[in-house]
Amino acid sequence: MGLKRLGKNLIFYAVLLGTWALLAALKVWPPYLFPTPKGVTEALYAGFQDHSFWIAIAVSMRRVLIGYVISIVLGTLLGLSVASNKFLEETMGGLLVSLQSLPSICWWPLALLWFGLSQNAILFVVIMGSLLSVTMAMEDGRKQMPKIYAMAGRNLGARGFPLFWYVLLPASLPFIVSGLKQGWAFAWRSLITAEMLYMSLGLGQVLMMGRELNDMSQVIAVMILIIAIGYVVDGLVFKTIERRMQHKWGLTPAT
Amino acid sequence: MTTNAAPQPSFPEPRSLDQRSLDHRSPVRSGTRPKPILFPARERDTDLTPKLWLKDLSLSYKVDNGSRLLALDNINLKVKPGEFLCIVGPSGCGKSTLLHLIAGLQHPSSGSVLVDSHKVDAPGTDRILIFQELGLFPWLKVGENVEFGIKMKGIPKAERLERVQRYLRLVHLSQFQDSYIHQLSGGMRQRVALARALATEPDVLLMDEPFAALDAQTRDLLHDELERIWAETGRTIIFVTHNVREAVRLGDRVALLTFRPGRLKRGYSVDLPRPRHLEDITVAKTAREILDDLREEINKSLEEQYGAEAAR
Repeated sequence: MGLKRLGKNLIFYAVLLGTWALLAALKVWPPYLFPTPKGVTEALYAGFQDHSFWIAIAVSMRRVLIGYVISIVLGTLLGLSVASNKFLEETMGGLLVSLQSLPSICWWPLALLWFGLSQNAILFVVIMGSLLSVTMAMEDGRKQMPKIYAMAGRNLGARGFPLFWYVLLPASLPFIVSGLKQGWAFAWRSLITAEMLYMSLGLGQVLMMGRELNDMSQVIAVMILIIAIGYVVDGLVFKTIERRMQHKWGLTPAT
Repeated sequence: MTTNAAPQPSFPEPRSLDQRSLDHRSPVRSGTRPKPILFPARERDTDLTPKLWLKDLSLSYKVDNGSRLLALDNINLKVKPGEFLCIVGPSGCGKSTLLHLIAGLQHPSSGSVLVDSHKVDAPGTDRILIFQELGLFPWLKVGENVEFGIKMKGIPKAERLERVQRYLRLVHLSQFQDSYIHQLSGGMRQRVALARALATEPDVLLMDEPFAALDAQTRDLLHDELERIWAETGRTIIFVTHNVREAVRLGDRVALLTFRPGRLKRGYSVDLPRPRHLEDITVAKTAREILDDLREEINKSLEEQYGAEAAR
C-alpha cells in the first residue's frame, strides 16, 4: 500500500518535472522568465553553498517560532476566557470571527507605525496571523471537551493550574490540534509576506532579491524551500502529535 | 455491640437512621404484604458520629423561564463508617445529583453534607465519586490513571508507584498497567475506575450506576469483587442504581428516592447473610418489596413524561 502510493508519487513528480524541463527546453518563454529545472537546482545548490539560504532559513525559523509561541500563549488565555465567560463570548466571539477574514498583512502599516521598520513589526504581523486560529481552536476545544474529564479531575483533587495542565489541556487536544496546525500555517505565510516587504535577511527577502536580480531560478528555489519547510513541520511535528494522540485515545488514524 | 470501629467481616447490622426524614412522606399503604422494615431509630445510635451525614439537604435549579425547579427536597440521612448504602429511585429523581453534592462538585441550595462532622464545600479526596461514564483519562495509561489522584495529592513518586501496583493487583489488572483505556473491555474499565478511586484511599466511595452498561456475567463478577474489596478496605460506600435487585445484592441498607423532587421515601434494612447472589430467592423477595414502592414512583415519572408529550 505504502509502496504503491510512493510509486504513484514518483511517477507524478517525474511527469511534472519532465513537462517543466520540456517547456523550458522548447524555449517558449525566455529563460529569465521561465527557468529550467537545472537552473533551479543550481540556484539551490549555490544558495546553500554560500550559506545565504541557511542563514535565511535560520532567521525565518527563529522569527516564526517566537511569533507562534507568543500566539499560543496569548491565544490560550484569550480562547479560554472567551469560552468561560458568557459576556466575552457574546461580544468578542463575533469580533474574533470577523477579524479572521482580515489578511494579517493588513496589520503591516499599523505595525510599521507602532514598532518602526524592525523585527518587532514582522513579529507583530506573524502573531496577528496565527493568534485568531489559536484562540478559536482553544475556545472550541474548551467547549467541545467532554465535561466529564473536568469533573473527574476536580473529583480526584486537581484544581487551578494542575487541573488545566494535566486534565483540561490534554482532554481538549483532539479539538485544538487542527487549530494549532492552522495557526502554524498562518504564522508561516504571514512571516514570508512580511519579510518580502522589508529587507530583513529571512526567506522572504531572499525571494524578493531574486526578483530584483531578475534571477527566476533563485525565486523558484526559495519558493520550493518555503513549501518544503511548511511540509516538513507539518509532517514531523503535527503528524507526530496527531498520531500519538490517536494511538492513545484509540481513534482511527486518518489514512 | 455497634462501635465506631472499622467494619468487620461479619457485616454490621444496619440501623441508626433519622427516622423522621425517611418516612415522613411515605404514603400510607394497606398491609396486603409484609411491611418492609424501616430503619429503626434508636436513641443510643444518635450519639454515634456518622461517617456521612446529609442534613436537610435541598437543591433547586433555576429554569429558563425564571422559576425554580426543586431537584432534591430535604434529604436527611446518616451513614455509618464502613456501611454499604444503596440508593434507588426512578430516573430523574436526582440520585446522581445527590452524589455530586456529596462529592462537592455541586453546592446544595440549603442544608449541608457532613463528613466526620466536617462540612463539605469542595471536592476532596476523602470522598471519591466513580461516575456513570467513568471519566477515565484516555490520554493516560491505566497505571497513570490510577496514579492521578495521588499525584495531585503530592505523594512522592516511589510511594505512588507502590500504591498503583497494590490497587491494580486488588482489581486484578496488574498486567494492564501500560495499556491505554480504549484497549480495555467495559468490565476492565470499571475496575480501573475503581482502582483509581481507591488509590486515593477515600473514606467514602461514591458510585453512580457503575455497572449499568455491563453484560450480566461481567456485572455478577464485579459485584463479587466489589463486595470483597469493600470487606478488605473497610470503605463506606454509597452506591446509586436503578436496579433494585442489585441494591439488595450489595447494600446493608437501601434508600428509596421519590420522583422529582427527590425525597427519601423509605429506607430498608437488608438483613441477609453475605455473600449474597443476585439470583438468591431471599434477594429477589426483598427486592420485590422495594420494587412495589419504586413502581409507584416510576409510574409518576412516566405519567409526567407522557402527559407532557400528549399535551404538546
